[in-house]
Amino acid sequence: MKITSFRRDEAQDFAFTPENLKKAKAFIARYPEGRQASAVISLLYIAQAQNDGWLSPAAIQHVAEVLEMAPIRVHEVATFYTMFNLKPAGKYLIQVCRTTPCWLRGAAALSRTCQDKLGVGFKEMTEDGMFSVMEVECLGACANAPMVQINDDYYEDLTPERLIEIIDALRAGEEVPVGPQGGRLCSAPEGGAKTLPKVPPGAGKGA
Amino acid sequence: MPKLTINGREIEVPDGLNVLQACELAGVEIPRFCYHERLSVAGNCRMCLVEMERAPKPVASCAMPVGEGMVIKTDSPLVKKARNGVMEFLLINHPLDCPICDQGGECDLQDQAMGYGFDRSRFQENKRAVKEKYMGPLIKTIMTRCIHCTRCVRFATEVAGVEEIGALGRGEHLEISTLEHAINSELSGNLVDVCPVGALTSRPYAFTARPWELRKTNSVDVLDAVGTNVRIDTRGREVMRVLPRLNEDVNEEWLADKSRYACDGLGRQRLDRPYVRRGGKLIEASWEEAFGAIGDRLKGLPGSKIAALAGDLCDAESMLALKELMAGLKSENLDCRQDGAKLDPSQRAGYLFNTGIAGIDQADAVLLVGTNPRWEAPLINARIRKRFLTGGLRVGSIGAPLDLSYPVADLGAGPRDLAKLAKGEGDFAKVLSGAERPMIVVGMAALARPDGAAILHLVRQVADQFKMVREGWNGFNVLHSAAARVAGLDLGFVPGPDGRDTAAILDGAAKGEIEVVFLLGADEIDMGRLGDKAFVIYQGHHGDAGAHRADVILPGAAYTEKNGTYTNTEGRVQLGRLAAFPPGEAREDWTILRALSEVVGNRLPYDNLGALRQRLIAVNPVFAALDSPATADWADFGAAGTPDTAAFGAAVENYYMTDPISRASETMAKCSAELGLGPQTKATGTDG
Repeated sequence: MKITSFRRDEAQDFAFTPENLKKAKAFIARYPEGRQASAVISLLYIAQAQNDGWLSPAAIQHVAEVLEMAPIRVHEVATFYTMFNLKPAGKYLIQVCRTTPCWLRGAAALSRTCQDKLGVGFKEMTEDGMFSVMEVECLGACANAPMVQINDDYYEDLTPERLIEIIDALRAGEEVPVGPQGGRLCSAPEGGAKTLPKVPPGAGKGA
Repeated sequence: MPKLTINGREIEVPDGLNVLQACELAGVEIPRFCYHERLSVAGNCRMCLVEMERAPKPVASCAMPVGEGMVIKTDSPLVKKARNGVMEFLLINHPLDCPICDQGGECDLQDQAMGYGFDRSRFQENKRAVKEKYMGPLIKTIMTRCIHCTRCVRFATEVAGVEEIGALGRGEHLEISTLEHAINSELSGNLVDVCPVGALTSRPYAFTARPWELRKTNSVDVLDAVGTNVRIDTRGREVMRVLPRLNEDVNEEWLADKSRYACDGLGRQRLDRPYVRRGGKLIEASWEEAFGAIGDRLKGLPGSKIAALAGDLCDAESMLALKELMAGLKSENLDCRQDGAKLDPSQRAGYLFNTGIAGIDQADAVLLVGTNPRWEAPLINARIRKRFLTGGLRVGSIGAPLDLSYPVADLGAGPRDLAKLAKGEGDFAKVLSGAERPMIVVGMAALARPDGAAILHLVRQVADQFKMVREGWNGFNVLHSAAARVAGLDLGFVPGPDGRDTAAILDGAAKGEIEVVFLLGADEIDMGRLGDKAFVIYQGHHGDAGAHRADVILPGAAYTEKNGTYTNTEGRVQLGRLAAFPPGEAREDWTILRALSEVVGNRLPYDNLGALRQRLIAVNPVFAALDSPATADWADFGAAGTPDTAAFGAAVENYYMTDPISRASETMAKCSAELGLGPQTKATGTDG
């Protein structure tokens, strides 16, 4: 139901693909009738994925139209959340975690490495459109610090050298294993288990 | 009714208040920036912190509902320290540019910094700087001054109903933006008032005056028929700005853009001396020459060949003086309905907004007939929206499609759809019959047409059919678009038994049956229809359509330059006051008519405004009761007939240009260009 009036800009060169529109409809359907605006973050995310990793004004406008919201309201959401890129992003978006545990373990060196290796500043894109770099706050992988997130995957236990290898491999189109790069399993201790070398018997058994 | 203790004093306050309001009731002023009594609570400026017993830290009083037994302290050292801290944070990024800031002298931040500010800054880092934002020709932005109170965002969304202002970004980097568009609202000027700092200021007023050098005059606005209470700020003879004045029953504390910003039109295209047409050209003349020309032309002329039309901005006094002048000339050809509205002057209930503007708050169904309240009366539209936001209001409209700030059911375009509704057909008929307090609002687009009387009758039928007039409730409303109309009808500035109305006067003039036409500020008629034979006397303040056609021009006073009585669309009688003197030779209108009456040989019996007002009250006692809501008995009006089938048009085609003042205003010209309305399509006389 329309309860305010607002400017409607002319249609611009962005529209959901039929596939994405279906996805968007599924998100909208999760909310009660008349509350479709609740799906705004999901739709922005879909739009960002479709638009090569960033939200253009046209994409934001399209989301506003689909949700029957005032464009300014969608702009407010898109500018509030750091995970929406308002400038074109590279094919690989490297997000370097810089919060305390990662920083103590050498995140600053990772940031510097990325910038030097790629020759770009934060939130800039390399000329070939392959990479962009940004620093972010805690990504929640503190046990595997330092780490970066590249697109949807975590690359953990990094050293600057390993990060350079990963960048080279990605640029060459090779597969890079995700997760801890130091050879350990998830966040298990390096060099094998240090505690509980023997599995204790369960309660009531052998006691 | 919770009881609470504020600064050691017990006080009982109504339910549902917040602590800030309770403190106000107790006579304790709480500093605030983001809190505004007519907007939702944001609670983000933290200036209103108070100490509450059993709370671990100071609480924001604006966001804390009152509770039984609360103990509040507003003057403790803790509160002082907390507010000092908040103020210091607010000033971190606020520039120290008060000497060049237009808000200087009337700025909440400046005032409160006197009480809570620190005398120096401990902030060593760079201040944040924000780029100016474009918000259209009315609002000037200096966004570095913004303290992120979000009052503007809430005002636009809630009161104006226009979601075009938002807060982009977050934290310190939050910026208020309209995405670089002009705000498409008729209430945008109020953003300047709600902004507690100098971030949003009036663009036309920028750098022109300081508040302490202005003389303030309380008056009423006449650019629409709402009768908004305004304060006119003048410096010397110049009106610098117009601001709203609080009147809960009329405008609350808002003012529509045209009324606020058209004041620069008061200084342009003014008629500052009499003119007489000689050899086809208007020549400057003295008052004696002008009166002499009129006296010569009127000599020996029978009353039936003389006619008078009153315009939209006239005060009651001058209309009464003209009416009595015409009576002295034995003429019955006079009309104050220059748009040709078929209003029935015999029954007051038939031409008033009977529900009253404040009465809208109780309505639960509104039927709009041939009216666009957003343009004809933005503040009444805001009042309907306010009622809509409280829930349960249904609105339907018969007429041109509308873009209002609340949902409107489109019920059709013309009288045929109205007749259908009168028969009880359609879904909206069920809404109306189920409503407890239904309203019908009929606008000039429905009445200002040849079949207007029949439509008025039909509207009345609809009102009766759905029992809109019942005990304690009158839901029949006429929404006027001219400030002078109700007063004109009240004092009987209408054709006598054998007199001609507007259309007949124009026809008569074209045919030569009317030889002299007196236009009292009447500019909205089609001057071409007057023909070229009639002798036209124009009395008014602007060189607009009427003055271009005139043979004699008598320079009058604009509404800011005279003491006048105005009756708004709901029949509320209010006084406009002289804020500045008229320019040059121009005089207050009634005095001109009084002087003219002596020349034509029928001296009007009043020598001062007091005597004229006595006469006004004698003519119609309603003029005695100032600022009181009208009550009028329900009676029969209108004329039965079959209305035409043509759809209703628009009474106001360009909100920003409806009268001589706003047409002369540069600001209004910019607004109408900016908002895509273009110049008014009707010929105005100033375009060629």
